[in-house]
Amino acid sequence: MDYSSMIAIASVITAGLTISIGSIGPALGEGRAIAQALQSIAQQPDEAGTITRTLFVGLAMIESTAIYCFVISMILLFANPFWIHATAGGG
Amino acid sequence: MSISPDSIIFWQLGPLSINATLIYTWLVMLLLIVSAWLITRRLQVTTAISPWQNLLEILVCAITDQIQALSGRASDQHLAFVGTLFIFIITSNLLAIVPGYVPPTASLSTTTALALCVLIAVPLFSITENGLRGYLRHYVQPSVWMLPFNMIGELSRTIALAVRLYGNVMSGTVIIGILISLMPFFFPVVIQLLGLITGVIQAYIFSVLAMVYIASASHSKQPVDKRDTPPT
Repeated sequence: MDYSSMIAIASVITAGLTISIGSIGPALGEGRAIAQALQSIAQQPDEAGTITRTLFVGLAMIESTAIYCFVISMILLFANPFWIHATAGGG
Repeated sequence: MSISPDSIIFWQLGPLSINATLIYTWLVMLLLIVSAWLITRRLQVTTAISPWQNLLEILVCAITDQIQALSGRASDQHLAFVGTLFIFIITSNLLAIVPGYVPPTASLSTTTALALCVLIAVPLFSITENGLRGYLRHYVQPSVWMLPFNMIGELSRTIALAVRLYGNVMSGTVIIGILISLMPFFFPVVIQLLGLITGVIQAYIFSVLAMVYIASASHSKQPVDKRDTPPT
Protein backbone atom coordinates (compact mmCIF):
# COMPACT_ATOMS: atom_id res chain seq x y z
CA MET A 1 0.00 0.00 0.00
CA ASP A 2 1.65 3.22 -1.07
CA TYR A 3 1.90 6.53 0.73
CA SER A 4 -0.96 8.40 -0.94
CA SER A 5 -3.51 5.65 -0.45
CA MET A 6 -2.60 5.42 3.23
CA ILE A 7 -3.16 9.17 3.52
CA ALA A 8 -6.52 8.87 1.78
CA ILE A 9 -7.71 6.00 3.99
CA ALA A 10 -6.61 7.71 7.21
CA SER A 11 -8.13 11.06 6.20
CA VAL A 12 -11.51 9.68 5.25
CA ILE A 13 -11.86 7.48 8.34
CA THR A 14 -10.71 10.29 10.63
CA ALA A 15 -13.08 12.79 9.01
CA GLY A 16 -16.01 10.48 9.60
CA LEU A 17 -15.02 9.75 13.19
CA THR A 18 -14.32 13.41 13.95
CA ILE A 19 -17.73 14.69 13.00
CA SER A 20 -19.65 11.76 14.46
CA ILE A 21 -18.00 11.73 17.88
CA GLY A 22 -17.66 15.50 17.97
CA SER A 23 -21.36 16.17 17.60
CA ILE A 24 -22.50 13.87 20.44
CA GLY A 25 -21.36 16.11 23.29
CA PRO A 26 -22.75 19.43 22.03
CA ALA A 27 -26.08 17.85 21.13
CA LEU A 28 -26.51 16.46 24.64
CA GLY A 29 -25.41 19.75 26.18
CA GLU A 30 -27.79 21.79 24.05
CA GLY A 31 -30.67 19.47 24.94
CA ARG A 32 -30.07 20.06 28.64
CA ALA A 33 -29.72 23.81 28.13
CA ILE A 34 -32.98 24.14 26.21
CA ALA A 35 -34.84 21.92 28.68
CA GLN A 36 -33.69 24.11 31.54
CA ALA A 37 -34.55 27.30 29.63
CA LEU A 38 -38.06 26.05 28.85
CA GLN A 39 -38.60 25.19 32.48
CA SER A 40 -37.44 28.68 33.51
CA ILE A 41 -39.79 30.30 31.00
CA ALA A 42 -42.64 28.20 32.35
CA GLN A 43 -41.83 29.37 35.86
CA GLN A 44 -41.31 33.05 34.98
CA PRO A 45 -43.02 33.90 31.69
CA ASP A 46 -42.34 37.63 31.84
CA GLU A 47 -38.59 37.05 31.92
CA ALA A 48 -38.85 35.19 28.60
CA GLY A 49 -36.85 37.87 26.76
CA THR A 50 -33.80 37.67 29.02
CA ILE A 51 -34.00 33.89 29.23
CA THR A 52 -34.23 33.49 25.45
CA ARG A 53 -31.33 35.85 24.84
CA THR A 54 -29.13 34.08 27.40
CA LEU A 55 -30.20 30.75 25.92
CA PHE A 56 -29.08 31.76 22.45
CA VAL A 57 -25.72 32.99 23.68
CA GLY A 58 -25.20 29.76 25.62
CA LEU A 59 -26.22 27.63 22.66
CA ALA A 60 -23.68 29.43 20.47
CA MET A 61 -20.91 28.69 22.96
CA ILE A 62 -21.91 25.01 23.16
CA GLU A 63 -22.20 24.77 19.39
CA SER A 64 -18.63 26.03 18.95
CA THR A 65 -17.09 22.65 19.74
CA ALA A 66 -19.23 20.93 17.13
CA ILE A 67 -18.22 23.61 14.62
CA TYR A 68 -14.54 23.02 15.38
CA CYS A 69 -14.99 19.30 14.65
CA PHE A 70 -16.87 20.10 11.45
CA VAL A 71 -14.13 22.44 10.24
CA ILE A 72 -11.49 19.76 10.92
CA SER A 73 -13.39 17.13 8.95
CA MET A 74 -13.94 19.56 6.07
CA ILE A 75 -10.23 20.35 6.01
CA LEU A 76 -9.40 16.63 6.04
CA LEU A 77 -11.68 15.97 3.08
CA PHE A 78 -11.29 19.04 0.88
CA ALA A 79 -8.17 20.99 1.84
CA ASN A 80 -5.90 18.25 3.15
CA PRO A 81 -2.28 19.46 3.03
CA PHE A 82 -0.85 15.91 3.19
CA TRP A 83 -3.02 14.81 0.27
CA ILE A 84 -2.02 17.88 -1.73
CA HIS A 85 1.64 17.18 -1.00
CA ALA A 86 1.27 13.52 -1.95
CA THR A 87 -0.56 14.17 -5.23
CA ALA A 88 1.92 16.92 -6.16
CA GLY A 89 4.59 14.26 -6.42
CA GLY A 90 5.95 14.15 -2.91
CA GLY A 91 7.13 10.81 -1.53
CA MET B 1 -14.01 22.01 -4.66
CA SER B 2 -13.09 25.15 -2.82
CA ILE B 3 -14.22 25.56 0.75
CA SER B 4 -13.45 29.26 0.84
CA PRO B 5 -14.06 32.18 -1.51
CA ASP B 6 -10.40 33.11 -1.00
CA SER B 7 -9.44 30.71 -3.76
CA ILE B 8 -11.67 32.26 -6.45
CA ILE B 9 -9.28 34.80 -7.92
CA PHE B 10 -10.49 37.41 -10.38
CA TRP B 11 -7.29 39.32 -11.07
CA GLN B 12 -3.67 38.89 -10.12
CA LEU B 13 -0.59 41.09 -10.34
CA GLY B 14 2.46 39.61 -8.64
CA PRO B 15 1.72 39.12 -4.95
CA LEU B 16 -1.49 41.15 -5.08
CA SER B 17 -4.67 39.35 -6.00
CA ILE B 18 -8.32 40.33 -6.03
CA ASN B 19 -10.29 37.32 -4.83
CA ALA B 20 -13.99 36.74 -4.40
CA THR B 21 -13.86 37.58 -0.67
CA LEU B 22 -12.64 41.11 -1.38
CA ILE B 23 -15.15 41.70 -4.16
CA TYR B 24 -18.13 40.53 -2.15
CA THR B 25 -17.03 42.37 1.00
CA TRP B 26 -16.87 45.62 -0.94
CA LEU B 27 -20.23 44.80 -2.53
CA VAL B 28 -21.87 44.40 0.88
CA MET B 29 -20.23 47.60 2.11
CA LEU B 30 -21.42 49.48 -0.98
CA LEU B 31 -24.94 48.17 -0.53
CA LEU B 32 -25.08 49.19 3.15
CA ILE B 33 -23.54 52.63 2.63
CA VAL B 34 -25.68 53.54 -0.39
CA SER B 35 -28.92 52.37 1.18
CA ALA B 36 -28.15 54.13 4.48
CA TRP B 37 -27.34 57.37 2.66
CA LEU B 38 -30.47 57.15 0.51
CA ILE B 39 -32.77 56.48 3.47
CA THR B 40 -31.37 59.12 5.80
CA ARG B 41 -31.31 61.92 3.24
CA ARG B 42 -34.72 63.27 4.28
CA LEU B 43 -35.55 62.21 7.80
CA GLN B 44 -38.97 63.12 9.13
CA VAL B 45 -39.99 63.59 12.74
CA THR B 46 -43.73 63.53 12.05
CA THR B 47 -45.79 60.36 11.99
CA ALA B 48 -45.75 60.24 8.19
CA ILE B 49 -42.40 58.57 7.66
CA SER B 50 -41.32 56.41 4.78
CA PRO B 51 -41.28 52.64 5.33
CA TRP B 52 -37.50 52.60 4.86
CA GLN B 53 -37.00 55.11 7.65
CA ASN B 54 -39.35 52.98 9.73
CA LEU B 55 -37.17 49.96 9.03
CA LEU B 56 -34.02 51.79 10.10
CA GLU B 57 -35.71 53.06 13.25
CA ILE B 58 -36.84 49.55 14.18
CA LEU B 59 -33.32 48.26 13.61
CA VAL B 60 -31.61 50.99 15.64
CA CYS B 61 -34.14 50.80 18.47
CA ALA B 62 -33.86 47.01 18.69
CA ILE B 63 -30.06 47.11 18.86
CA THR B 64 -30.13 49.92 21.42
CA ASP B 65 -32.54 47.92 23.60
CA GLN B 66 -30.30 44.87 23.42
CA ILE B 67 -27.25 46.94 24.38
CA GLN B 68 -29.23 48.51 27.22
CA ALA B 69 -30.23 45.09 28.51
CA LEU B 70 -26.70 43.73 28.30
CA SER B 71 -24.65 46.62 29.64
CA GLY B 72 -27.10 48.71 31.62
CA ARG B 73 -26.86 51.89 29.62
CA ALA B 74 -27.51 53.03 26.08
CA SER B 75 -24.22 54.16 24.58
CA ASP B 76 -23.83 55.60 21.10
CA GLN B 77 -20.28 54.36 20.67
CA HIS B 78 -21.26 50.81 21.55
CA LEU B 79 -24.23 51.13 19.22
CA ALA B 80 -21.96 52.20 16.37
CA PHE B 81 -19.56 49.29 16.81
CA VAL B 82 -21.95 46.49 17.70
CA GLY B 83 -24.62 47.70 15.26
CA THR B 84 -22.13 47.78 12.40
CA LEU B 85 -21.00 44.25 13.21
CA PHE B 86 -24.61 43.07 13.22
CA ILE B 87 -25.78 44.67 9.99
CA PHE B 88 -22.60 43.75 8.11
CA ILE B 89 -22.75 40.09 9.12
CA ILE B 90 -26.49 39.74 8.61
CA THR B 91 -26.39 41.39 5.17
CA SER B 92 -23.46 39.30 4.00
CA ASN B 93 -25.16 36.10 5.22
CA LEU B 94 -28.64 36.88 3.86
CA LEU B 95 -27.39 37.83 0.40
CA ALA B 96 -26.39 34.15 -0.02
CA ILE B 97 -29.80 33.67 -1.59
CA VAL B 98 -28.61 35.60 -4.65
CA PRO B 99 -27.21 33.14 -7.20
CA GLY B 100 -23.50 33.41 -7.82
CA TYR B 101 -22.86 35.18 -4.53
CA VAL B 102 -20.64 33.63 -1.88
CA PRO B 103 -20.83 35.22 1.57
CA PRO B 104 -17.50 36.86 2.46
CA THR B 105 -18.00 35.55 6.00
CA ALA B 106 -17.46 32.06 4.56
CA SER B 107 -13.78 32.96 4.49
CA LEU B 108 -11.63 32.69 7.60
CA SER B 109 -9.95 35.97 6.61
CA THR B 110 -13.13 38.01 7.03
CA THR B 111 -14.18 36.41 10.30
CA THR B 112 -10.67 36.72 11.73
CA ALA B 113 -10.67 40.40 10.81
CA LEU B 114 -14.02 40.91 12.57
CA ALA B 115 -12.81 39.00 15.63
CA LEU B 116 -9.64 41.12 15.73
CA CYS B 117 -11.83 44.23 15.64
CA VAL B 118 -13.59 42.94 18.76
CA LEU B 119 -10.24 42.06 20.36
CA ILE B 120 -9.06 45.64 19.89
CA ALA B 121 -12.40 47.24 20.76
CA VAL B 122 -12.71 45.59 24.19
CA PRO B 123 -9.62 47.26 25.74
CA LEU B 124 -10.34 50.46 23.83
CA PHE B 125 -13.81 50.87 25.30
CA SER B 126 -12.62 49.77 28.72
CA ILE B 127 -9.70 52.21 28.81
CA THR B 128 -11.79 55.16 27.67
CA GLU B 129 -14.21 54.42 30.47
CA ASN B 130 -12.13 53.18 33.41
CA GLY B 131 -8.62 54.31 32.51
CA LEU B 132 -5.62 52.09 31.91
CA ARG B 133 -5.35 50.96 35.55
CA GLY B 134 -9.03 50.08 35.71
CA TYR B 135 -8.71 48.02 32.58
CA LEU B 136 -5.61 46.16 33.78
CA ARG B 137 -7.23 45.58 37.16
CA HIS B 138 -9.93 43.41 35.64
CA TYR B 139 -7.27 40.92 34.56
CA VAL B 140 -6.35 40.16 38.16
CA GLN B 141 -9.95 39.75 39.21
CA PRO B 142 -11.03 37.83 41.27
CA SER B 143 -7.45 36.99 42.29
CA VAL B 144 -3.94 37.47 40.90
CA TRP B 145 -3.64 33.75 40.14
CA MET B 146 -6.31 34.22 37.46
CA LEU B 147 -4.01 36.41 35.35
CA PRO B 148 -2.77 33.69 32.95
CA PHE B 149 -6.26 32.22 32.62
CA ASN B 150 -7.76 35.62 31.83
CA MET B 151 -5.15 36.29 29.19
CA ILE B 152 -5.53 32.89 27.58
CA GLY B 153 -9.28 33.27 27.82
CA GLU B 154 -9.10 36.56 25.93
CA LEU B 155 -7.20 34.92 23.06
CA SER B 156 -9.37 31.82 22.92
CA ARG B 157 -12.56 33.93 22.93
CA THR B 158 -11.30 35.78 19.88
CA ILE B 159 -10.38 32.56 18.05
CA ALA B 160 -13.74 31.05 19.00
CA LEU B 161 -15.60 34.08 17.61
CA ALA B 162 -13.77 33.81 14.29
CA VAL B 163 -14.08 30.04 13.90
CA ARG B 164 -17.73 29.93 15.01
CA LEU B 165 -18.88 32.40 12.38
CA TYR B 166 -16.62 30.92 9.71
CA GLY B 167 -17.70 27.34 10.44
CA ASN B 168 -21.41 28.13 10.41
CA VAL B 169 -21.39 30.11 7.16
CA MET B 170 -18.87 27.90 5.34
CA SER B 171 -20.81 24.77 6.24
CA GLY B 172 -23.94 26.25 4.68
CA THR B 173 -22.26 26.94 1.35
CA VAL B 174 -20.32 23.64 1.22
CA ILE B 175 -23.32 21.46 2.11
CA ILE B 176 -25.40 22.99 -0.67
CA GLY B 177 -22.59 22.28 -3.13
CA ILE B 178 -22.43 18.66 -2.01
CA LEU B 179 -26.21 18.15 -1.97
CA ILE B 180 -26.73 19.54 -5.46
CA SER B 181 -24.58 16.72 -6.79
CA LEU B 182 -26.34 14.11 -4.62
CA MET B 183 -30.03 15.01 -4.28
CA PRO B 184 -30.98 17.96 -6.48
CA PHE B 185 -34.22 19.91 -6.80
CA PHE B 186 -35.78 19.91 -3.36
CA PHE B 187 -33.45 19.10 -0.52
CA PRO B 188 -30.86 21.81 -1.29
CA VAL B 189 -33.63 24.40 -1.02
CA VAL B 190 -34.44 23.27 2.51
CA ILE B 191 -30.77 23.36 3.43
CA GLN B 192 -30.47 26.84 1.90
CA LEU B 193 -33.31 27.92 4.20
CA LEU B 194 -31.46 26.46 7.17
CA GLY B 195 -28.35 28.32 6.03
CA LEU B 196 -30.24 31.63 6.00
CA ILE B 197 -31.63 31.02 9.49
CA THR B 198 -28.16 30.09 10.75
CA GLY B 199 -26.71 33.22 9.16
CA VAL B 200 -29.17 35.48 10.99
CA ILE B 201 -28.65 33.71 14.31
CA GLN B 202 -24.86 33.83 13.96
CA ALA B 203 -24.97 37.56 13.19
CA TYR B 204 -26.97 38.07 16.39
CA ILE B 205 -24.65 35.81 18.40
CA PHE B 206 -21.49 37.57 17.14
CA SER B 207 -22.73 41.04 18.06
CA VAL B 208 -24.22 39.94 21.39
CA LEU B 209 -20.97 38.22 22.36
CA ALA B 210 -18.98 41.30 21.35
CA MET B 211 -21.24 43.42 23.56
CA VAL B 212 -20.96 40.92 26.45
CA TYR B 213 -17.16 41.01 26.25
CA ILE B 214 -17.13 44.82 26.16
CA ALA B 215 -19.55 45.05 29.08
CA SER B 216 -17.66 42.53 31.19
CA ALA B 217 -14.38 44.41 30.71
CA SER B 218 -15.78 47.79 31.65
CA HIS B 219 -17.54 47.54 34.97
CA SER B 220 -20.10 50.26 35.16
CA LYS B 221 -20.71 52.12 38.38
CA GLN B 222 -24.39 52.39 37.62
CA PRO B 223 -26.71 49.51 38.48
CA VAL B 224 -26.65 46.95 35.70
CA ASP B 225 -30.38 46.45 35.67
CA LYS B 226 -32.84 49.07 36.72
CA ARG B 227 -34.79 46.39 38.53
CA ASP B 228 -31.81 45.92 40.86
CA THR B 229 -32.34 49.31 42.53
CA PRO B 230 -34.50 49.04 45.61
CA PRO B 231 -37.98 50.51 45.33
CA THR B 232 -38.20 53.93 46.89
